[in-house]
Amino acid sequence: MSLLYHMTSPSVLSRILARSISLRQSALFSKNKDCTFFTRKEIMRLFYRYQDLAPQLVPLDYTSCPDVKVPYELIGSMPELKDNPFRQRIAQVFSEDGDGHMTLDNFLDMFSVMSEMAPRDLKAYYAFKIYDFNNDDYICAWDLEQTVTKLTRGELSTEEVSLICEKVLDEADGDHDGRLSLEDFQNMILRAPDFLSTFHIRI
Amino acid sequence: MSHQLKGQGEEGGGGTRGRARSGSLGTGDRSRRSPSMKRPHRAEKAPVPRRAQPGQKKRTGGSPGSGSPRRKQAERRGRRELLGDRERGSAEKTCGGRRKDGRASLREQRAPSKKEKEVRRKEEMWKQLKKHRSSSVASSTSSGESLSEEELARILEQVEDKKKLIASMRSKPWPMARKLAELREAQEFVEKYEGALGKGKGKRLYAYRMLMAKKWVKFKRDFHNFKTQCIPWEMKIKDIESHFGSSVASYFIFLRWMYGVNLVLFGLIFGLVIIPEVLMGMPYGSIPRKTVPRAEEEKAMDFSVLWDFEGYMKYSALFYGYYNNQRTIGWLRYRLPMAYFMVGVSVFGYSLMIVIRSMASNNQGSTSEGESDNFTFSFKMFTSWDYLIGNSETADNKYASITTSFKESIVDEQESNKEENVHLTRFLRVLANFLIICCLCGSGYLIYFVVKRSQEFSKMQNVSWYERNEVEIVMSLLGMFCPPLFETIAALENYHPRIGLKWQLGRIFALFLGNLYTFLLALMDDIQLKLSNEETIKNITHWTLFHYYNSSGWNESVPRPPLHPADVPRGSCWETAVGIEFMRLTVSDMLVTYITILLGDFLRACFVRFMNYCWCWDLEAGFPSYAEFDISGNVLGLIFNQGMIWMGSFYAPGLVGINVLRLLTSMYFQCWAVMSSNVPHERVFKASRSNNFYMGLLLLVLFLSLLPVAYTIMSLPPSFDCGPFSGKNRMYDVIQETVENDFPTFLGKIFAFLANPGLIIPAILLMFLAIYYLNSVSKSLSRANAQLRKKIQALREVEKSHKSVKGRATARDSEDTDKNNSKNDTQLTKEGTAHHSASQSLTLDQKAQGPGASSSAGKTVLPASQHLPVSRAPGVRPDSGQARPQAHPWRSTSGKRAWRPPH
Repeated sequence: MSLLYHMTSPSVLSRILARSISLRQSALFSKNKDCTFFTRKEIMRLFYRYQDLAPQLVPLDYTSCPDVKVPYELIGSMPELKDNPFRQRIAQVFSEDGDGHMTLDNFLDMFSVMSEMAPRDLKAYYAFKIYDFNNDDYICAWDLEQTVTKLTRGELSTEEVSLICEKVLDEADGDHDGRLSLEDFQNMILRAPDFLSTFHIRI
Repeated sequence: MSHQLKGQGEEGGGGTRGRARSGSLGTGDRSRRSPSMKRPHRAEKAPVPRRAQPGQKKRTGGSPGSGSPRRKQAERRGRRELLGDRERGSAEKTCGGRRKDGRASLREQRAPSKKEKEVRRKEEMWKQLKKHRSSSVASSTSSGESLSEEELARILEQVEDKKKLIASMRSKPWPMARKLAELREAQEFVEKYEGALGKGKGKRLYAYRMLMAKKWVKFKRDFHNFKTQCIPWEMKIKDIESHFGSSVASYFIFLRWMYGVNLVLFGLIFGLVIIPEVLMGMPYGSIPRKTVPRAEEEKAMDFSVLWDFEGYMKYSALFYGYYNNQRTIGWLRYRLPMAYFMVGVSVFGYSLMIVIRSMASNNQGSTSEGESDNFTFSFKMFTSWDYLIGNSETADNKYASITTSFKESIVDEQESNKEENVHLTRFLRVLANFLIICCLCGSGYLIYFVVKRSQEFSKMQNVSWYERNEVEIVMSLLGMFCPPLFETIAALENYHPRIGLKWQLGRIFALFLGNLYTFLLALMDDIQLKLSNEETIKNITHWTLFHYYNSSGWNESVPRPPLHPADVPRGSCWETAVGIEFMRLTVSDMLVTYITILLGDFLRACFVRFMNYCWCWDLEAGFPSYAEFDISGNVLGLIFNQGMIWMGSFYAPGLVGINVLRLLTSMYFQCWAVMSSNVPHERVFKASRSNNFYMGLLLLVLFLSLLPVAYTIMSLPPSFDCGPFSGKNRMYDVIQETVENDFPTFLGKIFAFLANPGLIIPAILLMFLAIYYLNSVSKSLSRANAQLRKKIQALREVEKSHKSVKGRATARDSEDTDKNNSKNDTQLTKEGTAHHSASQSLTLDQKAQGPGASSSAGKTVLPASQHLPVSRAPGVRPDSGQARPQAHPWRSTSGKRAWRPPH
């Protein structure tokens, strides 16, 4: 098998091999279907994407349910994610141990939440987690600073950044505790006109 | 798009939930009616004979002896085995639980592979970790079934909850493994207690609907993309906006809008005037007005002559003089003079209409945005990044645009906070206005003086070059020095840059009006001169023709060949002269603009960029530096250019075509120049939401340019030998002629009646009254709007303060409960990992279900959930249970301990 890999391009090979076991695979993945916003076909496609990320690591035959994780470096280099300033956070939030390494289930989870069928509440919940950099269940001033710095690539001065953070807290902090709770965040994001259209990855 | 998207999602979700619920209700009724009927039915369906045993056990469980703990335990074990067995067969029969998932194909489900069983086994191991949970369910249910009606009802309720859970599983914020496990558990549960169900039809329908929903969403998206792609230069403008801010982009949007308007005008004029004349009118060279005169023939094709729009250019369809005064042309009997007049009128009509309509729609758009004011920065921070971006160039632009928009908002914020020393600012503003009015008056007087002098010079012979061109020189000097002067003075005023731009625009506009005034004055003089000469030329023409045909020395019997059109003496045709003047002005204006951009921006940028290496001071940061984009100058240039077009298009139909070309090239050229050689403004500011100020200026210019055209049409006689109206006393006579000759007589009477001043004056009065009424209505409405907005703001403040008080109180409460529950914590840490995320999701669910309850219940649970891994700890149960009566789906799945009596 490894010899074959060297001979042909992995993606082509994966397609060929995939045909042969796709029946079994799809039966296997059909259970994921109820847990995601994807059809079985889309899940299969996502699986191939996942497999393509690390063909050496991930077996094509997933029926034995191997316990493999694709490292963050490969996840973050996907074209869908590589230009996203929050890609590391996304990977961390959806990975099991918060280190960014993902199993197939995590991978499916991630794109399910990011799909356009996912409801606003679910998206808001994960958006909150993504913007909560220090994982303390609150978006505090430090998290906001991180967000602004990532969004602007650090092109704003410190005064400007702190002014922005102050304003955000002033606007969205419903209970004046100096940080945004999940409720504050949802309250705010509920009114955002283009949250659903921007918090969305097409795959 | 997002709204529709959301709507679709909700619809789909609601549909599932609804169906699941209704299905379970039906079965619930059935099972309630005959609880004993259900079980044998299920037992006979069971594939493994062993399964019958626990089932029987369960039935006997109703005996009083079932209370003994040992027996119960045995029962539990049996139940667990049963669950394991069922799991294996569940692929075939879980349709009850899964029927809401229509996309499942039955064939696939009926073919479970060996590998799948392995997976099952693995998951079973995971399941055993939570055995006390499932066993507790088993115990409670087993005792419940046999015991009483309430227990039964509770189970039914639980089944229903499970179904809801299955339906909403995909929107639970849990990791996949947990979702899978919960899903399986819920499916088993439902299957076990629900029994056989009618299925199949609803499923397919549901699948179909889901498919259609997805297709629809995709179609919408594609259509939206297509629409965006159809907007010309959208990407270019977005690019500029992301680097230079919305104020610079507003100029380009204005330019694009102008291009659209001009395209329509171009279509109108070309389609209805120029093309009919070229196709159906008399060909070139057939009549004097369509022929180059003999004296000009030699040089008519020289480039320098053509460049001045003389020679062949002058006698082409581009200008008024070319058109013949034949009433109808071609086999279509197209009434060209009439069409010419009507097109001239409708150019103005259409422009007025489109400008006013766009102003009105801008106004409407600006009132509808109220909510986003409250969350400017939050929305920018959390929703501005587009996760769809998968291209590094786009990402770079997005970074730039986010930075720019943050800067814009910061400028707005700083300006709104700045409230120091009102008196000084007020004084400075008055002073600045005074200075600028002085400047304007001075320059106005200067223009007036120079124009007067030039009229005297024009009467004198042998004037010097300076004296001849004095007006132009003074005008361009004023145009060069006044705007920077105004800008310097405006620095005193300390306005927000957006408002500053408006003032600047207004002031330069006033200055340019002088330009317009001198231009029109010179033109009028020219026209008067030509008109006064016309009578004599007319006589000469008649005399020449008369003599040509009656001269002696020609054979009387043979009629003379007609005089060659080039030899006929002709008048000066003031209309064409006016058209040529506007044409020249437009072209030279265009060239001057381009050369200024090339020299002032591009060469300067090159110089600064490349000479910086070998210069004694820092060129980039120091004196010349890079140019900023001059918004006010460019906008006014565009507006005045459009004024020229409106004024000239009646006398030079080709002018609009030239202008379309100009706008097109200007779009590309300026886009390139901005991106290549300009730097963003020091204070990037957001453009006003509606660029109604530009539109207002445009409307003013339109009105001003309408005046001279209307004047010439109404009160000057057309030339006798050129243009579509030649031979008439006034140009508008063409209407009268058409009405009299082509319309039935009663229509003519109606027109005459309508033109009666006795009717027109009351109509005008009525219009004024209507305007007054509508104006007052709109004022009162906008006042009401402002008040409502204020109220909303006040409400929000109240809500905020209320929340903060409440939040502090609940925080204190939660700390108390925290202490009380600390011992429970240690006891329940086993479940902790599984429940941690669940406790968060609980709050999420709650909010989705009851916004009313969320403010109170969410507050109490949220802080607790942080400290307590298990939010269903006995200590907090009473109040949280009261607060959320709907939170069952979660409770029933992961919180099975609810059924256990509290210890």
